Order: sequence, then C-alpha cells, then structure tokens
Amino acid sequence: MGLEQFINEAISPWLKEDGPDSDIVMSSRIRLARNFEQSPFPLIANEEHLEGILYFLEKEFNHRSFTQYEQLEFVRMADLKSIEKQVLVEKHLISPHLAEKSQYGAALISKNEQVSIMVNEEDHIRMQLYFPGFQLKRALEEAFHIDDWLEQKIDYAFDEERGYLTSCPTNVGTGLRASVMMHLPALAMTRKISRMIPAINQLGLVVRGIYGEGSEALGNIFQISNQVTLGRSEQDIIEDLTSVVQKLIEQERQARTILKQQSELELEDRVFRSYGILEHSRIIESKETAKCLSDVRLGIDLGYIKHISKSILNELMVLTQPAFLQQYARRMLTPHERDVFRASLIRERFTLEQREEF
Amino acid sequence: MECQECQQNPATLHFAQVINGEKKEIHVCHQCAKEKGYIPPEDESYSLHNLLSGLFQFDSDAFHTSSPHHSMEQDLQCEKCGMTYQEFTRIGKFGCATCYETFSSHLNPIFRRVHSGNTTHDGKVPKRVGADIYERKQLRNLKWKLQQLIADEAFEEAANIRDQIRQLEKNLNQKGEGDA
Repeated sequence: MGLEQFINEAISPWLKEDGPDSDIVMSSRIRLARNFEQSPFPLIANEEHLEGILYFLEKEFNHRSFTQYEQLEFVRMADLKSIEKQVLVEKHLISPHLAEKSQYGAALISKNEQVSIMVNEEDHIRMQLYFPGFQLKRALEEAFHIDDWLEQKIDYAFDEERGYLTSCPTNVGTGLRASVMMHLPALAMTRKISRMIPAINQLGLVVRGIYGEGSEALGNIFQISNQVTLGRSEQDIIEDLTSVVQKLIEQERQARTILKQQSELELEDRVFRSYGILEHSRIIESKETAKCLSDVRLGIDLGYIKHISKSILNELMVLTQPAFLQQYARRMLTPHERDVFRASLIRERFTLEQREEF
Repeated sequence: MECQECQQNPATLHFAQVINGEKKEIHVCHQCAKEKGYIPPEDESYSLHNLLSGLFQFDSDAFHTSSPHHSMEQDLQCEKCGMTYQEFTRIGKFGCATCYETFSSHLNPIFRRVHSGNTTHDGKVPKRVGADIYERKQLRNLKWKLQQLIADEAFEEAANIRDQIRQLEKNLNQKGEGDA
C-alpha cells in the first residue's frame, strides 16, 4: 500500500477538516460517562452482566446511524489483535484502559471516526465526540443529541441529587469531561505556560501534555480539561473552559508576535533547522520528531514555510506513534527499527507535499 | 506477606474483589498489581486514584475516632453488589448505582473535596427517567412541610398542603398510567 493511501485510511476524516482557531486549537472533545441502571459497574460486574450489555448494545446500535454521524460499527476488543487495539488508542478512539483491561470491552465507532462509544470501560458507556479546531459548544450540543438517542433505549443510572451515577466519584453528576488539544509553541518557548498552569488549575481545570510522560508536553501539545463534574451545569463547565482557552489563544498569539519581533532570525533559523531534520534524517526518535513537527507547524502558521499543508502536525503526530509505524511496516519493529522507519515515513510524507505543490 | 502473583516481592497492595457477593482477597506487589490490572497503568489515573483513596481514608479515619457507632457503620454493605464501605474507600470506585444510596451518609465530604465544594447535581436530566423528577422533588418538599405543620399544630395550613400533595400525586399517577 502506498503512503498516500495509508495516510488516507489512517487519519480520521474529521481531523482533516479545518475548524475555528485551528492554528492553535487542534481539536475539541466531549466525553459523557453513563451507566445502565440495573447492572453493576464493569469493575465488579460478572461475565453475564457484561455480556448482556455487549449483546444489547450490539443488537440496538450496530450499523445504525445517527444524523450526520454515518454508520456505527460495533467492535469487540476480544476480536482485535493487540496492534489493532493500539492503533485505535493512538487515534484516541479508545482509551488504553479499554484496550488493555476490558476483557468484555467494545466500542461503537462511527465511520468518519468522529463518534466513539466505549462499552464496558470503567463505566458501561463512555461516548466521545471530536470536532476539529475550537468547537466545544457545538460538540456539547451534538453529544447531547447522541446521549438522548441512546437514552431512548437505555435506562440510565441517574439520581436526582447526584446526577448521572458513575463508577468513579470524580465523574459523578454530569459525567462530562470536555477537553481541547492545543498547540502552544510560543508559550512553551517563552516558558510562560509553566506560570499559567497553576492559575488554570485553580479554576478547576487541568492542563497536561497529551504525548510524552508526566508533565512533559511533547510537541508543545497541551490538553486542557475540566475536573469538576458535580454541581455545575454542562453549559457552565463548557463556558469556563472556553474562556480559559480563549485567553490561552490570545496569549499564544501575543507571544508569537513578540517572538517574531524580538528574535525573527533565531525563530526562522529554528523552524528551518527542524524542517531540514524532518526532511533529511535517517533515524529519528519520537521526541525529536515531536519537537521538529511543532517548529515546522509554527513556521507554517507564521508564514515562513508556504508549501506544506497545515495538517502535517496533526497527521504525523499520529502516524509516527509505535503501533502505526508497525502497521505501516506490516511487522513488529524494535525501537531502533522504529526510529529508522519513522524517519523514512516522514521523508516520504514531505515528498508527497512537494509533488502536490500546495 | 509475599505477593500471590510472583511469590517474590512483598505484597504491598491488598484488594478485596466481590463477584456475585463472593469475596476474594488479593495480596500483590505493585508491579504485579499493574500487570494484572488491579491498578490503572497510567500515571495520571494512578495518582488521581491514590489521591482519592487518600481522601476517603481520611474520611474513614476521622470517622473511626469520633463515631460511637463504629462497628455498625464499618459493616455498611451494598445489598445490590455486595461492596462494603471499606472496599469502596480502598478502591476509590463505586460498585453499582445502589452504592450511592448505601454509602450516602459518607459521600458529601468526599464529593465536596473532589468537586470544589459541590454535592448536588445541576445539569442534564435524562428525558425518560427524569420526566417527573421535578414533580417528585416538589412532592417530597411538600410532605416534609406537612410534617412540620402538623408538628406545629398548624392544621389549617396543613390541610392546604395536603390538598396540594393529593393533586400532585394524582398528576404523577396519571402520567405513570399514560406511560404504561
């Protein structure tokens, strides 16, 4: 299979679309946690209960479609190879927990990969919706529609006082986790982000790097999400998150302008060095890949690089993950082989750009 | 005690698993707990889990020193899934929807800490299940008020409230029949 076709199949269709503020906000996500009223939560439920839930959801929702979200495909974790599950994790369609721990887990994934409903993860149902760019409000509205649609068939565990009941006390109430993925290279370069994070935390929001371990944010990609789910309405939660994200966008744009004014040559140098590395290296680790991709994307946003499509950061951050590389190679790879394969995939991807002459 | 999985390291984590009301105790080392999925692999969820069970522990500790009903409360057990309050504080997760009622008296301090002081839901209500939630809430409030009025011997007002309650109950019953 050629790289072009591989990428077409590998990158979720919605991720290729442009959204509002997509120079900084890569994607918006809404996740709602729900449970069946009658069954114990997956953590302690027995085979019979969990199979019952799988059977019911497959029967009711497999191959159904909901408004524009194309057909849902019911996939049982037990039927997938471990590499296939890993690919779904790298595409953020399922959680590592579902892939590794849920023996009776499944997912209903829409054809365009915008909707993924995880089954028997920590909760019976965890529906996720993705939108490109900064579109939290729209994502919430759509998630509510899907929730209502599911509710026609499912008796949710709900309590007047506590709201939607979830396995973990951190999700009770709305069951809502709203998050945005942001590319913040200028705030990271100027170290402003580390000063902003504690302030954001105080508002009940969490900032973390989504690639990389611990607090490190590989590729300057940060995820901002709400922590509080009880006692605030979904709209208020989104409102809070939105205003913080708007502030971050503003600050990032400002920092970019200042960087450009104060150290134009150094910035341009950094961008083109990274470009050179991606275009020519023969061995490259994921950490260096992420750093260079971030620089190149910034270079595109600032107008230094003109002939490369913006989606290259989103695309290659996913494609250069271990499971994707192995799927492209069609075999298991040692870490060193991965670095070689990664470099060659990136080189090929850049060649595609030049041929297409954007 | 040594880890029951690898039989090499000392067991540092102790779990109780309840399946169909049958309790099984698990004693493992941190490594095996991770491998066997007793604890989440991710750093983030692990630290969150730690933090949470820490909060619960704090709650139950405070409880042990102050409450005279110590032994009775300690045996608090969910009749639906069999989870005990002890297990809940250890795992940091509920076993089923009924656990919320069973452990209800202990939950407010936990929720307050986790959710910036909040204990009551203020958001979406399911369309089907929640259709008459508002009315039922009203009914509860009225019944409570009726008790108060009777206690205060304010019978005239009480009769008034009683009529309101009857009306609401009628409405709710009709709705119930309509659904069926």
